[in-house]
Amino acid sequence: MNKLSLKTFTLLQTATSVGLSALAWVVTGVRPIWNGSLPSDKQRIYFANHTSHGDFILLSACLNEKERAITHAVAAGEYWGKSRLRRFIAEDMLSSVLINRQWTKPEENPIEIMLSVLDQGHSLILFPEGTRNMTDEPLLPFRSGLYNLSMARPQVELIPCWIENMSRVLPKGQFLPVPLLCRVVFGAPVAIAPGEERRAFLERAHATLLALNPRPERDD
Amino acid sequence: MRHDISILIIGLLAVLTTASIVAAILSARAPKPLSSTLVNLTQRINAWWVMVALMTVAFFFGRYGLTILFALISFASLREFVTLTHTSRSDHWVLLGMFGIIIPFQYWLVWTAWYGLFVIFIPVYCFLLMPAITALHGDTERFLERIAAQQWAVMISVYCVSHVPALLTLDVPGFEGRNLLLIAFLVIVVQGSDVLQYIFGKLFGKHRFSPTVSPSKTWEGLIGGVVSASLLGALLSFVTPFTPLQAACVAFVVCSMGFLGGLVASAIKRDQGVKDWGHLIEGHGGMMDRTDSLIFAAPIFFHIVRYFWTV
Repeated sequence: MNKLSLKTFTLLQTATSVGLSALAWVVTGVRPIWNGSLPSDKQRIYFANHTSHGDFILLSACLNEKERAITHAVAAGEYWGKSRLRRFIAEDMLSSVLINRQWTKPEENPIEIMLSVLDQGHSLILFPEGTRNMTDEPLLPFRSGLYNLSMARPQVELIPCWIENMSRVLPKGQFLPVPLLCRVVFGAPVAIAPGEERRAFLERAHATLLALNPRPERDD
Repeated sequence: MRHDISILIIGLLAVLTTASIVAAILSARAPKPLSSTLVNLTQRINAWWVMVALMTVAFFFGRYGLTILFALISFASLREFVTLTHTSRSDHWVLLGMFGIIIPFQYWLVWTAWYGLFVIFIPVYCFLLMPAITALHGDTERFLERIAAQQWAVMISVYCVSHVPALLTLDVPGFEGRNLLLIAFLVIVVQGSDVLQYIFGKLFGKHRFSPTVSPSKTWEGLIGGVVSASLLGALLSFVTPFTPLQAACVAFVVCSMGFLGGLVASAIKRDQGVKDWGHLIEGHGGMMDRTDSLIFAAPIFFHIVRYFWTV
C-alpha cells in the first residue's frame, strides 16, 4: 500500500460508476434529499451509516458527475486487498482507497493514506462505524478516524449522509438485492468546535447522522 | 382500429394542450411566488404528457408493448408497497421471489392466455407457499403481519395490475382484433375520473368524504368526477363492444371501484405514516399514487367484460 497518486477517473472507472449508478436507480430508485447541505464541488468527507456493500454505490449515485470523479470510498484493505481480482475491482474499477485496519508498518497508517488523498484535492466517503452494522442498533459507535482527519484538515467539510433501507435491499451475506426504494439524506456540515474533545465530537457527529434518518421507527 | 386509436390520441393531445394552456394562464395571472397548488398542477400536467407518451408508445407495440409496460408498472408498484411495509432479514428470499419469479410468471400467464392458472396462481399457490417459506425460515417475530403484507403486496401490485393486459386475451364476438381498445377505454375512463375528481374537488369541494382517511377526497369531487367520467365512458362507447348506455354503466362501476381503490391506498399510507407511495412521478408521488384506482378497477372491469360479453 504505497503512496497513492490520483487522477480523475480512467475510462474504466467512469464506465463502472455510470453503470453502477444506473443499476442503483433501477433497483432502488435512489434519490438524494439535501437537508442542510447542497451539491458542491467543495472538498468534502461524506460520512455515512454502513450496512451493505451497496452503500457507497448509492451515495456516489447521488453526486453529480464532477463530484463523483473526485470522490473515493474508503474500504477495508484486509478484505478488498486479499486477491488480485478484489484489488482490481476496488481500485481500478471503483477507485476506492484501501486502508488496513490492523496496520503494522508506518506506511500503512490509514490516516496518512486518507490525508494524502485529501491533499490532492479529492473527497472521501467514510463509514466511521468501521464495519458493516449487522446488529439491531441503528448505528454503531464511531471510530476516531473522522476526528483525526478533521483535526488535520479542518477546511474539509464533513457531511453526514443517512443511507435509507440498504440493510433491507442487500443484507450482509446476501448477494442478490431486493428492489426497494432508497433515499440518501445529506445533512448540514459538522465541524469540531474549539476545544472539543475527541469523544464528545464523535458522539455529536454520531447523533447528527442518526437524526437524519427520515423513518427511525421503521428500522430494525 | 388504427382509426379509433388515432381519434383517442388526438383527443388526449387536445385535452393535454388545453390543460397546459390553462395552467400557463393561471400561473401568469397568479401572484408570485406561485402557490404550491399551482406549482403542483403544472408538475402534474407535465407528468401526464410523459405518461400519455409512454402509453402511446406501448400501444404502438401492441400486445408486446402493453404486457411489458404493465409488468414494469407492477414492478414499480410492488417496490413501493414492500418498501413501506415491515420486512425482516429472513424474508429476503421470499421478497426476491416476488420480484424475480411472481412478476415474470404472472405476466407469462397473461402472455400465453392461460386463464385457469392466471386467476389462481397468486391467490392460491402464492398465498399458501409464501407463508410456508417464511415459516421454514423460523423467524416468527411479527409473522402474521409480515405474511399478510407480502400477500397484499403481490395481490395489489401484481395480480390486480395484470388484469389490464389480460383484457387482450378475451374473445368478444364481433370485437376480434380490437381488444387494445378495451385497455384504452379502461385507462382513459379511470384516470379521467381521477383527474375529474381532482378538478371538481378543487373547484367545489366542501364536504369531506372521509376526514380520517383522506383530507383531499370530497363528496363534491366524488359525485362530479364519477358522473362526468361515466358520461365520458358513454362518449367513448364507439371504441368498445358496449352501447352508450352500457358504456356509461360500466364506466360508473369501474370509476366507483377506482375511488374505493384510492381510499384504501390512502388508508394504507396513513397507517404507515407517509403522504405518498414514492417519488417516481413528479407532482403525483409514486407509481401507486397514480395506479391505486386502476388496481381496484381492472379486475372488476375484466370480469364484467368476461361474464357479459364473451362466449
